[in-house]
Amino acid sequence: MKTICLYFEIHQNIHLKRYRFFEIGKDHYYFDDYENERGITETAERSYLPALRTFLEMAQTYGKAFKVAFSISGCALELLEQYAPEVIELLQELNETGCVEFLAEPYSHGLSSLANEDVFRDEVGRQAKKMKELFGKKPTVLRNSSLIYSDDIGGLVASMGYKGMIAEGAKHILGWKSPHFVYHCAHDQRLKLLLRDYKLSDDISLRFNDSSWSEYPLFADNYMDWIAQLPEEEQVINIFMELCALGIYQPLSSNILEFIKALPAVAKDRGIVFATPSEVISKSKSVAPLDVAYPMSWNDEERDTSCWLGNVMQREAFHKLYSVADRVLICKDRRITQDWDRIQASNNFRFMTTKPASVGLYRGIYDSPYDAFTNYMNILGDFINRVNALYPLDIENDELNALLTTIRNQADEINVKDAEIARLQARLSKLQPEEEKPAKKAPAKKAAAAPKKEAAPKKEAVKKAPTKKAEAAPKKAAPAKKPAPTKKPAK
Amino acid sequence: MKVLMFGWEYPPHVFGGLATANYGISHGLKAQGDIETLLCLPRPFGDEDQSACKIIGMNSVPIAWRDVNYDYVQQRIGNIMSPDDYYRYREHIYADFNYMHVNDLGCMEFAGGYPGNLTEEINNYSIIAGVVARTEQFDIIHAHDWLTYPAGIHAKQVSGRPLVIHVHATDFDRSRGNVNPTVYGIERNGMDNADCIMCVSELTRQTVINHYGQDPAKCFAMHNAVYPLAPELQEIVDQRLPYKDRKEKVVTFLGRITMQKGPEYFIEAAKRVLERTSNVRFCFAGSGDMMNAMIDMAAAYGIADRCHFPGFMKGKQVFEIFRDSDVYVMPSVSEPFGISPLEAMQSGVPSIISKQSGCAEILDKCIKTDYWDIDAMADAMYSLCTNDSLHEYLQVEGKKEVDGITWEKVGERIRKLYDQCLERYK
Repeated sequence: MKTICLYFEIHQNIHLKRYRFFEIGKDHYYFDDYENERGITETAERSYLPALRTFLEMAQTYGKAFKVAFSISGCALELLEQYAPEVIELLQELNETGCVEFLAEPYSHGLSSLANEDVFRDEVGRQAKKMKELFGKKPTVLRNSSLIYSDDIGGLVASMGYKGMIAEGAKHILGWKSPHFVYHCAHDQRLKLLLRDYKLSDDISLRFNDSSWSEYPLFADNYMDWIAQLPEEEQVINIFMELCALGIYQPLSSNILEFIKALPAVAKDRGIVFATPSEVISKSKSVAPLDVAYPMSWNDEERDTSCWLGNVMQREAFHKLYSVADRVLICKDRRITQDWDRIQASNNFRFMTTKPASVGLYRGIYDSPYDAFTNYMNILGDFINRVNALYPLDIENDELNALLTTIRNQADEINVKDAEIARLQARLSKLQPEEEKPAKKAPAKKAAAAPKKEAAPKKEAVKKAPTKKAEAAPKKAAPAKKPAPTKKPAK
Repeated sequence: MKVLMFGWEYPPHVFGGLATANYGISHGLKAQGDIETLLCLPRPFGDEDQSACKIIGMNSVPIAWRDVNYDYVQQRIGNIMSPDDYYRYREHIYADFNYMHVNDLGCMEFAGGYPGNLTEEINNYSIIAGVVARTEQFDIIHAHDWLTYPAGIHAKQVSGRPLVIHVHATDFDRSRGNVNPTVYGIERNGMDNADCIMCVSELTRQTVINHYGQDPAKCFAMHNAVYPLAPELQEIVDQRLPYKDRKEKVVTFLGRITMQKGPEYFIEAAKRVLERTSNVRFCFAGSGDMMNAMIDMAAAYGIADRCHFPGFMKGKQVFEIFRDSDVYVMPSVSEPFGISPLEAMQSGVPSIISKQSGCAEILDKCIKTDYWDIDAMADAMYSLCTNDSLHEYLQVEGKKEVDGITWEKVGERIRKLYDQCLERYK
């Protein structure tokens, strides 16, 4: 029985505003609210809402025979929450039908998987938590930003406990192999991989309304015939695209939603079923490991990372951004973490590409890649200054980490002690009414009270630590500095 | 195919941008293989490179009959033209021009360059063109800039061959709207009579269409190109200090300091950059009527210590400036083409150019801003001075891009237009 796995990406970039270098240090707000509101409302109206309503209708008509998966980036969620909450409501409604699965993905839709493991873990964790809050279920399958995948990333994702991951069925990786099977990660066989069939996916997302295409106009039964005619043993057909494809890339006037709506019925006629990624992963066995030495993605003809990291400017921006990653991770300042998510988005790097594009490239507010780079570097300059103001530059990352670990450990210790005190006090209060041993009472009280008093200010200090670090850290650094030079040569 | 070309100046005697363009075009046409060019110049010096075209000195073409012997002619004009040509032209004098100021050979003298009596020289040039056009056999006429349009029209009327005119600049660019009616008249007349108008950029083409009322179908954009750097210039450019040794960044403006070139926008942007950083210097290489005003302006902003005015630069000095610069800026308000950013990029200097300049249409590996957008310009300067990767990218890619813009390609495109023009003329 052939299975179609349908997945849609929901991501909207949070646009950066025009930010000149003379604003560095003066203005810490980086976003173009007007463009963001316009962009998300337009996308919601023209694409998300009609498409999701269609899915809802399909779920109601076909019941469990129709399945679909989504992933929502944190940036998109923030925008939707603010400007188009009805999209989230619709998603929740859709979720209740039980036909939907939500996948995990990095919160920022950024490139952290290529740069910093901890950032990646953190981001994915936050997005997954948000998915759990909104839809009541923790995702078990992950999709990386723009389906970036390599063996290393696979290993990392497996270690995070995910059972499956979706990736591109790139020709240069697969060679003679077919994307219509389940594969597993070469570094960790626990992680199964679903590979996108780019031909069938692009038929919908790229070519549906292209009247110069030889298959135009495409009808659901033709499309399903192609799938039915695939060799018998090819069982999993992964059709992944952006949700924007329905309504924006392919206008609603092309009747794309009618096409989608017709899919389950024609599939049923041919004995083809729908499933969500996690269902496919639990039901199917992996046929082979997939070796991916260099990262691949679903972008451009090359299916690699060259559209984000192809030129020197992009690489400088990328390295500069992740040079402060460790510091941002330990930071508890909400504005910094929020800005961090937003400036990480891969779209910001895409704007700087100098590749000649086959598909018309959208550059946002920017004239040219140089303009995009300049603007981004200005913002990044200001952002890095803010991070450095929290954690002085003269402390090494390792040292800082050591200090923070100490603080965190102390906090844990204090928590344990607090619990102990509470326990003792409870016992004490039990003993008190009996007043069996009045002699012992006084010292016991003293012992209990003393640590409590001590603990309270300490706790406060810990809580304040991240904000106060600027002053606090150098003082504490003095003793910690000594081992540092000896550590270095050892590295 | 034989082309009768009317030019005004030619290297190595350069008065303006026209000379290099003319040189490039004739070499580009030569590269096509089957094009022969006869280039008429008012006053050649005899040391011009004649490998791409045969040069006719208009000051050696007789317009009044004089009985002179071979040796005398050889002695007088031998360095420019052979006496045989002189006699050939003498056969085709078409009217009695003895009332003009002719010399003992029956020729008229030219001052050369751009003298005060320019209109008179233009007229004389056109009279002589009549003799040349009656003598020579050619398929098409190509006239460069308004100075030679009357000559082109005259040649067309005499020979019945199609006239192509090449617009290197219009009076609208030079005067920012306050056109000189005489010049406009000459330009307009030339365009009206032309069968094909080649403009150095789309910007100029639009001016020609909108301000001179020309049929868009006969106007074409024909962008200029550059020649690879001569070895001695390349040597200068190669002396550039490595990036890490350049402690202070130099941002350069190079050109006449006049209203057309927008120097005040450069100062405004400089002021913004200097509010942020202290290791950038600004260099104004050039002279012009706004120079003193610019010095005053820099002083008023308190940035005079960071702004330098070394004066007019020529030849090698230009490339010495490029060698020591990190950023080149051309904030021109209106620039028909503007060859200097191409030269800067050839020398490995990333450029910021205004969108109002013609060369912006063919350049991609440079930063383009509106001339009035001082913030954007300052931002671009700052970015180039602080972000090494952008500087490196534009330096390397910019040079590659400019190396691909050759006169041979221009020659090929001109050739195509000639063919079209002749096709229509049949």
